[in-house]
Amino acid sequence: MLNIKCPYCGDRSQKEFAYGGDGTITRPKLNQEISDEEWDNFVYLRKSPRGKHIELWHHIAGCRQWFKVERDTTTHEIFRTFKPEE
Amino acid sequence: MSQNFRLNTGGLINRNKPIEFKFNGKKYIGYEGDTLASALLANGIHLIGRSFKYHRPRGFFGAGVDEPNAKMQVEINGCSEPNINATEIELVNGLSASSQNCWPSVNFDIGAINNFLNRFFPAGFYYKTFMWPKSFWYRVYEPFIRKAAGLGIASLEKDKERYEHKYEYCDLLVTGSGPAGLASAYAAAKNGAKVILAEDKPRYGGTLLTDDVTIDNLSGKDWSEKIISELKEMPNVIVKNRSQVFGYYDHNMMVMFERTGDHLEKKPKYTPRQRLWYIRAKEVLLSTGSIERPIVFGNNDTPGVFLSAAAKEYMKVYGVLIGKKPIIFTNNDSGYETAIEFKKNGVNPIVLDTREDQNSELINEAKDLDIKIKFSYAVIVAHGYKKVKSATIGKLNKEKIDFENTEQIDCDSICVSGFWTPTVHLASQSGNKLKFNDSIDAFVPDKSKQNEHSLGAANGTFTLQDTLKNSFNTGSEVSKSITKKDEKIQIPNTNERRYSAHDKFWCSPLPKGKNYKRFVDFQNDVAVSDIEVALREGYRSIEHVKRYTTLGMATDQGRTSNLNGLQLVANVEKKIVPQVGHTTFRPPFTPVTIGTIVGREIGKEYMPTRKTPMHHWHEKNNAVWVDAGAWKRPRYYNRGNENLFEASKREAKNVRDHVGVCDVTTLGKIDIKGPDAAEFLNRVYTNAWLKLPVGKARYGVMLREDGIVMDDGTTTRISENHYHMTTTTAQAANVLSHLEYYLQIVWPELNVNVVSTTEQWAGAAIAGPKSRDLLAKLFPKIDVSNEALPFMGYVEGDLFGVKARIFRISFSGELAYEINVESDFGLFMWEKIIDIGEEFNIQPYGTEALSTLRIEMGHVAGPELDGRTIPYDVSLEGLVSKKKDFIGKRSLAKEAFNKADRQKIVGLVPLDRKSSIPEGSHLVENKNAKLPNPKLGHVSSSCWSVENNNPFSLAILKDGKNMIGKKLFAVSPLKNTSIEVEVMSSHYVDHEGKRVRS
Repeated sequence: MLNIKCPYCGDRSQKEFAYGGDGTITRPKLNQEISDEEWDNFVYLRKSPRGKHIELWHHIAGCRQWFKVERDTTTHEIFRTFKPEE
Repeated sequence: MSQNFRLNTGGLINRNKPIEFKFNGKKYIGYEGDTLASALLANGIHLIGRSFKYHRPRGFFGAGVDEPNAKMQVEINGCSEPNINATEIELVNGLSASSQNCWPSVNFDIGAINNFLNRFFPAGFYYKTFMWPKSFWYRVYEPFIRKAAGLGIASLEKDKERYEHKYEYCDLLVTGSGPAGLASAYAAAKNGAKVILAEDKPRYGGTLLTDDVTIDNLSGKDWSEKIISELKEMPNVIVKNRSQVFGYYDHNMMVMFERTGDHLEKKPKYTPRQRLWYIRAKEVLLSTGSIERPIVFGNNDTPGVFLSAAAKEYMKVYGVLIGKKPIIFTNNDSGYETAIEFKKNGVNPIVLDTREDQNSELINEAKDLDIKIKFSYAVIVAHGYKKVKSATIGKLNKEKIDFENTEQIDCDSICVSGFWTPTVHLASQSGNKLKFNDSIDAFVPDKSKQNEHSLGAANGTFTLQDTLKNSFNTGSEVSKSITKKDEKIQIPNTNERRYSAHDKFWCSPLPKGKNYKRFVDFQNDVAVSDIEVALREGYRSIEHVKRYTTLGMATDQGRTSNLNGLQLVANVEKKIVPQVGHTTFRPPFTPVTIGTIVGREIGKEYMPTRKTPMHHWHEKNNAVWVDAGAWKRPRYYNRGNENLFEASKREAKNVRDHVGVCDVTTLGKIDIKGPDAAEFLNRVYTNAWLKLPVGKARYGVMLREDGIVMDDGTTTRISENHYHMTTTTAQAANVLSHLEYYLQIVWPELNVNVVSTTEQWAGAAIAGPKSRDLLAKLFPKIDVSNEALPFMGYVEGDLFGVKARIFRISFSGELAYEINVESDFGLFMWEKIIDIGEEFNIQPYGTEALSTLRIEMGHVAGPELDGRTIPYDVSLEGLVSKKKDFIGKRSLAKEAFNKADRQKIVGLVPLDRKSSIPEGSHLVENKNAKLPNPKLGHVSSSCWSVENNNPFSLAILKDGKNMIGKKLFAVSPLKNTSIEVEVMSSHYVDHEGKRVRS
């Protein structure tokens, strides 16, 4: 079980969090023309990197804030956690 | 027979407290402080089980977790459990144990015929034999294997015991209370660190209890007692015995298994039987010690063959002799400690040392005691079937690959010592890649991947002086960096005997023409020949050899077999052990009961139960419950001898004819506030939200980014910047997370707050033609006319002094209202509605009637919004705005979503107007077509239409738009039905939606 430092609440057990997927994805802006390919990239295509990965987590049983985690996908080492605006 | 093998003095047992227990139905006496194993040995019992594959007689081999054989079915306090290690369970009054894996009895076991057929049971026997014919697998092979391989019997009774979980956080977790554990825990505790010291045995001290050493002029045992009592006094230290740390997980999450109850004769009512600890430690110090390695020889599994250190432990801790005529077979000095202990207790051992004649402190001491020593000697084979009676020994030639001469000598036991294997399981679990240490012929931890250090024997340090020095220092260093305190500790003086170098001898060669079974892994019955077969057949990777031969598997985890197995593979492959590598160590290190893992999360406590404020009223009125997530909802209210079908029909009919009331508290409710709330809703929902006036509700559909419908519900504008959103019961949590995601990550510039208010509001839906009359009586001060409160209107009212929100919304398709009050007044509201509704023939209705009402109206719900449908599929395209953008809109332009024959929701009625159509039925054109019969769609929801008094279903059908009027078959292979149906509009009742607006 991971130990995750919520940037708002501090160290908490993984039990309190929900995984939110790749944290590097940016949603295309509203009301803009976008090709099928670009849209499909956004909706479906995700990298599955080995090693460092920035991902989203949601402190679902806590402050309910979404935040970002930089984690090694092979060792589970967490390098940093940070607020989405950082 | 009464404890013939118990020494008159000595041991740490309480001779004043005899304990009666049973083994295989016979009564025996042991003492308080015994394990089941030591008590049986005191009574001269060696034959305790049969081996896994060959059903060979087996006896005790170790004295603790190292024991591979002594798995027993044990009954304590009326609770029967299989596979209990007899060397680890403490003796209590009334304990009853029996042998496993033998039938009809351990003395006469029919399965033992396997032993005489053993050339037909080579490695991979099961893989090779039970392959064909295929049809034999279920009928013949599997039942046979199951019976033959039985390892005890799991109880079918409900476990009445109590198990608990505990969470703990500490600076240092120290695993094992031997010299390394005591020293490091003490140093860290002195620096003020929060320390947990865990010992798997009942007694603290580890090898200090059995080794002949002194520390600061105290015996090892006295020193350990002194340190433990000091640690127990310190408020920053938790000291736990009977506690096995068995798993090392990510981020220093350690899991420990504490035996809290089994050793107590009368367990206090609220003491759990076992407790599982989740410990998050900043640093972990692994002082898990080492396990003695066997030397492999012929018939080395005969009862009476022991690890030499185990024999010593039985004498020193339990005052028990494992034999009165022992052979000590050793390749190092440890065997001499056991020999000396035997001699001190009046027994004359013979030592066979595989090394050439030499001197060391221990060897000289043994010589001075007139102990008979034969250098360059090895045991070739043990004789005796159910107990060792004699042994053939031989003088090794110079290369130690053959014998110069052999002789047979009488003995009743053989104690083997093949040097020591560090217990590296936890270190390996932490991610530490092990390295091979040539000087001890074993793997030791390498670079740490997590915050852990291995100390003492677990790290390959076998002298007490070095162990104490390293452990005090490491405990001090590691804690200093956490607490910033640095208490200097004087490292104590020790007195121990120095060992001379061990011999790398690990397996006795077979004399020419002899074919003795030489076991490497006792628990899994893997002999040298089995591993050789595996290698001959081409298995190379040690992981494959392990699986093919079962070497090092099961509860034993290769504790005594691992290195000898690797050594053998290396020899055959002409490699060295580090080239062979080792198999992966996995948790748990020792078996853990399922009860402990489950803890209190059983039965009602398996998950939380959510109850609405009206729960007890429903209960009193014969509600039959249905689970909706964690919620309990009334499915129907039972009257007389009604069944589900009759009750739900009655309830639904009553709504259509008069008025009904339904508890809708469980619907998700989200309070939305902020100046950008309208803009936010406009992006979340597919329809337009900017112009919704205050005091109005609107139905909305939200999509995922992939265009699939996520949820639907109504949202009401309470005031300018304040909305009340409802979601389905099932999706409430997901929708909240979804909204938070968009507000926090995607559009943080929007000034909106969302919060769940599901549990703050109690909700009751009143539906039916009489609902307005009822509402008028509930709120006499409010104008509830169709003009003043039209469909999708909202007002606030006073329900006999309680503030209420009134929404004119309808799920049933009838004229209907939903009233919300603060949860505390939920029951009050409900009772008022029932009271006042009496004159209008009100009846409560459950989810079954609710479904009937919505299905015949063609309203979609979970079964249609199943994560595969887009708005068009469920006739919600009218809600999809063409003008504005929203979540998932771009996906709706996908080609597949716009095909002319796209699936669409339709209604179905059976041609016979009688047969109910099972949900999940497939729709096909021809019920007799050849398989695979092309599937055109599926039945999503079915009900008995109370309006038309015949079955009606909703279905998702390919090209459904153009299928109206066609006849199809609804086929359910599960229910074995095939019903001819007519396709029609999904709106079976009140096409134009007049009633909701009436």
